[in-house]
Amino acid sequence: MIPSKFDYVKPASVAEAVQALADGGDDAKILAGGQSLIPVLRLRLAAPSVIIDLGGIAELRGIREDGDHIAIGAMTSYHDIVRDDLVKQHVALLGQATETVADNQVRHRGTLGGSLAHADPAGDLGAPALALDAQMVIAGASGTRTVGAAEFFVDYFTTAIGDGEILTEIRFPKYTGWGSHYEKFNRTAQAWSMCAVAAAIKVDGGTISEARVGLTNMGTTPIRATGVEQALVGQPATADAVRAAAERATEGTAAPSDADAAADYREHLAKVLTGRAVLAAAG
Amino acid sequence: MTTTADPTTLEFGKARTRKEDARLITGRTKFTDAINLHGMLHLHVVRSPLAHATITGVDKTAAEASPGVIGVYTAADLGVEGVGLPCAWPITPDMKSPQRPLLAHTTVHFAGEGVAVVLARSAAEARDAADLVEVDYEPLEPVLNMEDALKEGATLVHPDLGTNENATWVFDSGAAGTGSSIDEAISAAEADADSIVLKRRFIQQRLIPAFMEPRACVVDPTGEQITVWAATQVPHILRTMTTVTLGVPESKLRVIAPDVGGGFGGKIGVLPEEMLCVALAQKTGKPIKWNETRSESLLAAHHGRDQIQDITITAKRDGTVTGLDVHLLADMGAYLGLVGPGVPILGAFMFNSIYKFPALKFTCTNVFTTKTLTDAYRGAGRPEATFAIERIMDELAVELGIEPMELRKKNWITHEEFPFTTVVGLTYDSGNYEQATAQAMEAFDYAGLRREQEERRASGDKVQLGIGISTFTEMCGLAPSRVLGSLSYGAGGWEAASIRMLATGKVEVITGASAHGQGHETAFSQIVADQLGVPFEDVEVLHGDTQISPKGLDTYGSRSLVVGGIAIVKAAEKVVAKAKKIAAHLLEASEDDIEFSGGTFTVKGTDKGKAIQEIAFAAFMAHDYPEDMEPNLDADAVYDPENFSYPHGTHLAAVEIDTETGRVNLRKYVCVDDIGTVVNPLIVEGQVHGGLAQGIAQALFEEANYDDQGTLVNGTFVDYTLPSAADLPSFDTSTVSTPATSNPLGVKGVGEAGTIASTPAIVNSVIDALRHLGVTNVEMPCTSQRVWRAIQEAKGNTTQETPIDTHSPGAGLGSIDPNNPQGEVQ
Repeated sequence: MIPSKFDYVKPASVAEAVQALADGGDDAKILAGGQSLIPVLRLRLAAPSVIIDLGGIAELRGIREDGDHIAIGAMTSYHDIVRDDLVKQHVALLGQATETVADNQVRHRGTLGGSLAHADPAGDLGAPALALDAQMVIAGASGTRTVGAAEFFVDYFTTAIGDGEILTEIRFPKYTGWGSHYEKFNRTAQAWSMCAVAAAIKVDGGTISEARVGLTNMGTTPIRATGVEQALVGQPATADAVRAAAERATEGTAAPSDADAAADYREHLAKVLTGRAVLAAAG
Repeated sequence: MTTTADPTTLEFGKARTRKEDARLITGRTKFTDAINLHGMLHLHVVRSPLAHATITGVDKTAAEASPGVIGVYTAADLGVEGVGLPCAWPITPDMKSPQRPLLAHTTVHFAGEGVAVVLARSAAEARDAADLVEVDYEPLEPVLNMEDALKEGATLVHPDLGTNENATWVFDSGAAGTGSSIDEAISAAEADADSIVLKRRFIQQRLIPAFMEPRACVVDPTGEQITVWAATQVPHILRTMTTVTLGVPESKLRVIAPDVGGGFGGKIGVLPEEMLCVALAQKTGKPIKWNETRSESLLAAHHGRDQIQDITITAKRDGTVTGLDVHLLADMGAYLGLVGPGVPILGAFMFNSIYKFPALKFTCTNVFTTKTLTDAYRGAGRPEATFAIERIMDELAVELGIEPMELRKKNWITHEEFPFTTVVGLTYDSGNYEQATAQAMEAFDYAGLRREQEERRASGDKVQLGIGISTFTEMCGLAPSRVLGSLSYGAGGWEAASIRMLATGKVEVITGASAHGQGHETAFSQIVADQLGVPFEDVEVLHGDTQISPKGLDTYGSRSLVVGGIAIVKAAEKVVAKAKKIAAHLLEASEDDIEFSGGTFTVKGTDKGKAIQEIAFAAFMAHDYPEDMEPNLDADAVYDPENFSYPHGTHLAAVEIDTETGRVNLRKYVCVDDIGTVVNPLIVEGQVHGGLAQGIAQALFEEANYDDQGTLVNGTFVDYTLPSAADLPSFDTSTVSTPATSNPLGVKGVGEAGTIASTPAIVNSVIDALRHLGVTNVEMPCTSQRVWRAIQEAKGNTTQETPIDTHSPGAGLGSIDPNNPQGEVQ
């Protein structure tokens, strides 16, 4: 299928990209890995006048250790994240969630920044970013600013990235030694999540000392299962205790109803999957 | 050479990789969209977003002014308001047959129906301009539910017909004299304490054939003839039907089906777009190309299945079945497809399946709705029938407390009883249900899995095991022209073949059965190599071009081998007979003393001989040949079989169901198919695997749904859920062979078997896993949500209704409505 006509710009630096965005005005659209934008263009659900391709900006790719953070360039591919040792060691949950996204071809093209900026509530990377308190570095004409994940996701396909701004880096605090698991439930192996749960757990002497739980596709944004986290802390990492805490998974959610799952079923899944995610994370 | 292949050669039965695959998988091939002609113009169709509406105005101004646009045309602009697309299967004399126009001109009858077309210099410009065509609609009430559509006072899809009923077709074994009366069987069962009457309703959801290559055509009017390239299963039928539809003389039409990327029945139609391209090519004098998008394909290409099945079975308490009463409602959609009304009728003769029912009645009412039309989809009528009979055999087994396989054994035709004439008057030529079943049960470890199932039930395991059976047969190889005639089918069922012996000993085989992914070039080469005793590599199979293969009835209904392949054998026999004459002449022997084996003609009892290649060269040179013949070995044959082909098999499925989430995990699938003699086991395995995937997909994954406005909600592959290899287990497939007695190769069709057999095996296994929890039915597809709801209902918990007509809101593309492409993502 053929997209509408658009102009194409491929800047070589973030500064050039910001300038191109300013020049492009309201109709400009940023192309990262293209795994959502290209289908949207081809289905003619969007018709931007100019596409700004970030693929030529080397500084936006790569994973580095930065003090007590792991900093990931927005244009880093899923594939690179899944295979990265720093991610495995300090932000394992992100790697686990990323590995469930679609198929190999998509994971070679799709990027962490593109996924977070697109902010599809069924996307798999929002929930771990939220649960792990990722910091989003956003560049604009007046410099860069940093937004916490809790403020980043605003609504359905809407983030705190303002007009003329570009997400450049995602910074994760280190969760070295934590257990983690991403429990995904979908219709077919490569489909979007009907519901998924991202859990990172710290267990000390059989007792859960810290818990971070994020939910995918249980509202218009990724949702932090605060109630579950509170209920887990101080509990033994046993099936009964975890399942009891998981009953609070639907607090603060607004589950969508669609052909794959009506709200009641999604809510049920959220509880079951939370229990499974936390137990798996606790090892 | 009149029976099976020469045992001294090895081609027959050899698992050759397909000769067509090198070009297909490296892209060195021509699909229709790859054909580009000088000066070619591109067509894009403006489609109705509404299911049912009056067209009150079409404003073409903006579109006509758009860059590159040659013209924007409605039916009136083209003068084609009176042109109707053909339906070739009037199933009853009084069948109601609305004319399907090339473009809707007063009323649209389904969402996706064309209203106007744009012609432009590039596909992109045509697509851009299509968005600018302003069509004004006055909405009418959509007609969506078959039962409501038949009620008094219902909104009519075609008011001039006075009804939404297309036709009602009845077969009654009592009236036909092929069996006894079903009414008597039911009365007798009701009056007998030792008998039962069991009724069930099954729903065959609507499916989309979802072939890989979307439909496309290119029409070139610039030569003496009009040449049409089309992504079609039926180049020959398309040629004849283009004449019937547009009046272009058949002799002035050349239709080419180049490499075609799948069809599954979805490409047997004669399309409005194809006819529009011909009309516009004639009008402009330029080549015209049309290539649909995936969303257009899902929306507007014909769908399949969509039946409501009310089944009544009667049986003695010992398990002996005594009667089957079948009532179907079949959704035709808004118009009739080429063979659409006959699709449910193809199932009429299969409800009795492998069982010895003494009485059977089949009543099918076809219904018009304001949905995309339905027509053939892999299996066409037979999957629906097989599903109903295999599901109700399981239900009967439960009611009677008889083990489901034992119930089947008690009722099936035993191998000693073949040939067997069934209650519907078909004669099954061969089969051995005992053998296929025994082999399948052993490979499956049926007893072991039953034990595991008992253990899981006893321990209350949250993962429950279900075992499903489908002992199927089907009728395929469409086929006997006289039988098709008796069913009022608008064509015969023969197939044509020609063989040309080239001067250098190479062989050209021309077949009317044009492949669209099946591997004909390989399998037919193997047959000819054995028949003529030439190397496999020396055989070239030509097809899919009415100028090269002028005669044929194309590819559908598992007919290529059992009809087209036999035509090739018949042609080969003629070649050998001619060659034998020349060989006798050259070897100075009597023809009666010539033997042919392994490609060489020898004089009995001597070492004198000549290879068939030498004879071909001698015929070419024509220096020395018998007085009473022409110097030519080439031969044509047309084969019209006397019976259908009846493959059968036993399919067994084991599913694990996570009772907490409702997730169905297909753990094991074993099938043993009896398809007679096998030409190429690798191709057979491929056909069975693909067929299983499609049948399992109906059971677990696929459904095409409409919202209450008549909008298709599965307009992309995000919403229409196809499984991939990652969703399916490794299949355990094998074959046994009871050679067909109805053809000289002993072969049976295999193209549809997997699809026909697998769906009920899966659904039976799902219900078997849950029945002890009180679940009695799960509608297809058995999604995790439906299974979870069924479990909750059985527990007495109320749950919400499954909103099958609502898009996934978060699915990567955002909340898209493919029928409202103007709607933007945020």
